Amino acid sequence: MKKIYNRIIQISGNVITVEAENVANGELAEVKTTRGTSLAQVIRLDKQKVYLQVFAGSRGISTDSEVRFLGRPMRVSGSEALLGRIFTGNGTPRDNGPALEQNLIDIGGPSVNPANRIIPRNMIRTGIPMIDIFNTLVESQKLPIFSVAGEPYNELLARIAMQAEVDIIVLGGMGLKYDDYLKFKDTLDEHGALSRTVMFIHTASDPIVECLLVPDMSLAVAEYFATQLNKRVLVLLTDMTNFCDSLKEIAITMEQIPSNRGYPGDLYSQLAARYEKAVDFETAGSITILTVTTMPGDDVTHPVPDNTGYITEGQFYLVRGHIEPFGSLSRLKQQVNASTREDHRALMDNMIRLYAEYREVQEKQSMGFRMSDWDNKLLKYGEAFEKGMMDLSVNIPLEEALNLGWKILADCFTPSETGIKTDLVRQFWPKENA
Amino acid sequence: MSETFKTGTVTGVNGNLVSVAFDESVIQNEVAFVITEGNERLKSEVIRVRGREADLQVFESTSGVKVGNKVEFSGSLLSVELGPGLLTQVYDGLQNPLPQLAQQAGYFLKRGLYVTPLDREKLWQYTPVAKVGDVLKAGDTVGTVPEGIFDHRIMVPFAWPGEWTITEIIGDGNFNVTTVVAKATNGEETRDITMVQTWPVKVPIKCYSERLFPKDPLVTQVRIIDSFFPVAKGGTFCTPGPFGAGKTVLQHALSQRSEVDVVIVAACGERAGEVVEILREFPHLDDPRTGRHLIDRTIIICNTSSMPVAAREASIYTSVTLAEYYRQMGLDVLLLADSTSRWAQALREESGRLEEIPGEEAFPAYLESLVASFYERAGLVKLKDGKHGSITICGAVSPAGGNFEEPVTQATTKVVGCFLALSRDRANARRYPSIHPLDSWSKYPSIVSTAKVAKAKAILREGNEVNQMMKVVGEEGTPTSDFILYLKSEFIDRVYLQQNTFDKVDSACGAERQEYTFNKLLTVLDKKFDFEDKSQARTYFLKLQQEFLDWNYTPWQSVGFNEAEARIDKMLADA
Repeated sequence: MKKIYNRIIQISGNVITVEAENVANGELAEVKTTRGTSLAQVIRLDKQKVYLQVFAGSRGISTDSEVRFLGRPMRVSGSEALLGRIFTGNGTPRDNGPALEQNLIDIGGPSVNPANRIIPRNMIRTGIPMIDIFNTLVESQKLPIFSVAGEPYNELLARIAMQAEVDIIVLGGMGLKYDDYLKFKDTLDEHGALSRTVMFIHTASDPIVECLLVPDMSLAVAEYFATQLNKRVLVLLTDMTNFCDSLKEIAITMEQIPSNRGYPGDLYSQLAARYEKAVDFETAGSITILTVTTMPGDDVTHPVPDNTGYITEGQFYLVRGHIEPFGSLSRLKQQVNASTREDHRALMDNMIRLYAEYREVQEKQSMGFRMSDWDNKLLKYGEAFEKGMMDLSVNIPLEEALNLGWKILADCFTPSETGIKTDLVRQFWPKENA
Repeated sequence: MSETFKTGTVTGVNGNLVSVAFDESVIQNEVAFVITEGNERLKSEVIRVRGREADLQVFESTSGVKVGNKVEFSGSLLSVELGPGLLTQVYDGLQNPLPQLAQQAGYFLKRGLYVTPLDREKLWQYTPVAKVGDVLKAGDTVGTVPEGIFDHRIMVPFAWPGEWTITEIIGDGNFNVTTVVAKATNGEETRDITMVQTWPVKVPIKCYSERLFPKDPLVTQVRIIDSFFPVAKGGTFCTPGPFGAGKTVLQHALSQRSEVDVVIVAACGERAGEVVEILREFPHLDDPRTGRHLIDRTIIICNTSSMPVAAREASIYTSVTLAEYYRQMGLDVLLLADSTSRWAQALREESGRLEEIPGEEAFPAYLESLVASFYERAGLVKLKDGKHGSITICGAVSPAGGNFEEPVTQATTKVVGCFLALSRDRANARRYPSIHPLDSWSKYPSIVSTAKVAKAKAILREGNEVNQMMKVVGEEGTPTSDFILYLKSEFIDRVYLQQNTFDKVDSACGAERQEYTFNKLLTVLDKKFDFEDKSQARTYFLKLQQEFLDWNYTPWQSVGFNEAEARIDKMLADA
């Protein structure tokens, strides 16, 4: 019934071109080669020419390989049977389980109507003071961890995932080292979370095109659970820089004019289309997206972290094993930190401001200047702050962390030196230091 | 309706660019519909014609479009509907009301689904102004309906050329927007006037007698803007800054507290969550100027980053056209475009697909002229009836890597009258709003006298120099007089430039209060202090600063306000 084409007129990178009729943009096809069958997707039409991106790569494709169009776009099964399962980027089981065919849903679906969104309102508690106090994580937030290779970003991601109160976890791995994949699996297993997790894993050795599918597969599944089953879903995507590099590769193959360091001009829109799937509904569940973006060369102005920063609702900088107070930001914290405790905001702002002054003093000190009394106070404060708040091994609830904040301030300063409103000082300044 | 359209056939698809072989003729920039096999009608715009082929940018996802699909050409340019009922609405970039789309399509946007922008059912209380026999021109008032706090003028459509004599009118009454409220003739034909008219978005509305120089300040209630880097009604300003510098929070503050009649928020390619805040909060926030809710003076054009990119390009034009429409009624309109960089990126994507020769950073070569012509649609005008109306445009710019040398920031800087540079360093140090006092500039007059502002600016500059110097020679190597200068500059920053946008009182600082506080600030700056050593100076200033901050948090002219002021005066007298 479906016509088979076997005259491939161009093979370039992972993109092949055939002449065919009645083909839709975005449609899937099967390409049969001597090495097996691979899926491919239509990415451009030009008269009779059809450009296809081959998921398994073009290696081994001959000019007379068979191409059969399937008449449908890429889909993934939406069902509870997904839970506890592990798939590749194109949805093939990786865990020896059966393939899932029921209730297939299109991936990369349309955007949520902004009129249906609600203002995020639920704090996600992580037990990490740098997050809970200073950059509160909020349900339905989209937030990347900016880091460099070698930092424990995947561990941090897993730790937040384990401590967050969510119903479903969807893990999308892109260019993941096999070891990291196993580590994720073990952590989830250890905490008994495997049975509420769905994984789409593309490892570093898998075909590059499959990497492109991982976010869309993961988010389509997340949307299914959030809108159909009213679940609170946490989507973890690591590492988005690999996703962007795959985009770059395809764009260059397609001879698109690059905009910045070889990345395509639509990098922002491509990333936004994924990140904007984070949402909270009044009458359904929610999707929270936490990702890892490694910064090549630790450079935040690199196109990937730069574009990401403009899309996401803040970012956590993971530097030398701790979450850096400067640059780290949760844009949604204002939605929730007014109702946690009345001193939360004042403490948050002023502690960071003082820590910034500490950093300046530290610089001065390293240049050998004499320290004034005020400088010494700041030095004492900075050390206490790093130990009590920034150390990633600290695991305390928000209220305890706030109390600790007051204690650190009181140990180092007089109330007027902190710049905190007088009535808050009166209420919260530790009695033993008064 | 059985209209016949000119037609064509799809010959190629590349992203959201569709090539079409047309059968008869096409008009550049006309609207066309690509009809898929599922009978979805995808709105698009003709952006290039080559031989017998036209290139269309499709305002929707093109997945599923096939070579051979039919295309209908509408014969009209991309237009918006103008009429009563625009205020309080939330539109996408093509002026589809999003709440109505939600009712029809559910959680997600559905492509090919379009809804009329203005409610056809709603009745408006109409009062005629023109009489039979009056000779009117485009833009002249025919009648009015109340909308929000003002009378919405029903005008002779802007596109009608020449003079029109009113031949028929209807009396007072409640009518819907499509009711014929008057008929007019130009001697050759008679046309109907309804409450709604359409206008192509990419053409400025110019039904006024002259453009005037903007000189009246637009009070934003943000101290650093109004006093130091003011904006004028009818002026243009931009807020470039890296991510995380507080652009959005600043834009929200402007949308809430600016003293204007109409605010148009164009969320262009930014986060949906930010729009939602406006959407959900404005209906409940009071507008202190009118006693009504903020939403009553607001229109939201929302084409967020994940919505189709071609519609993002259109959304900027849609919003400025709506602004021009309200300016025709003698109102002051503020257009907040967040972010013009995303608009420029949409242009870049389109240009890339057209395989045009790229300019700097692959932006099209015509970027500058497009940016300039957008900002030029702002302005203070004298209408034909002598009233004044204005559009003030604020464009947020999101420079890649926070580098102001990039093309969009550069193109914008050339054409705006006020440049509010947001700084990452200030944001990191939680010095909000993070407008940098040394990098920003404005060509408009301030609400405080120029000489006073100059004095404060000089201290900021000198204080900064001392600070730089101290980093080299250390505090002990700095003379006490210089150190006090530095403390004074920090004092200005902390108590005046910084403002807590999340505090009920401090967030809104009216013009009167700003002038008053500024004078107090000057007293501190002018005063000669005599301290024994630097640590005494620092302690004194920290304490004074605390008193001043507490003063900022007290309501204007309340008991607490006077008490706090008295404490400051006492401290100054004692020093």
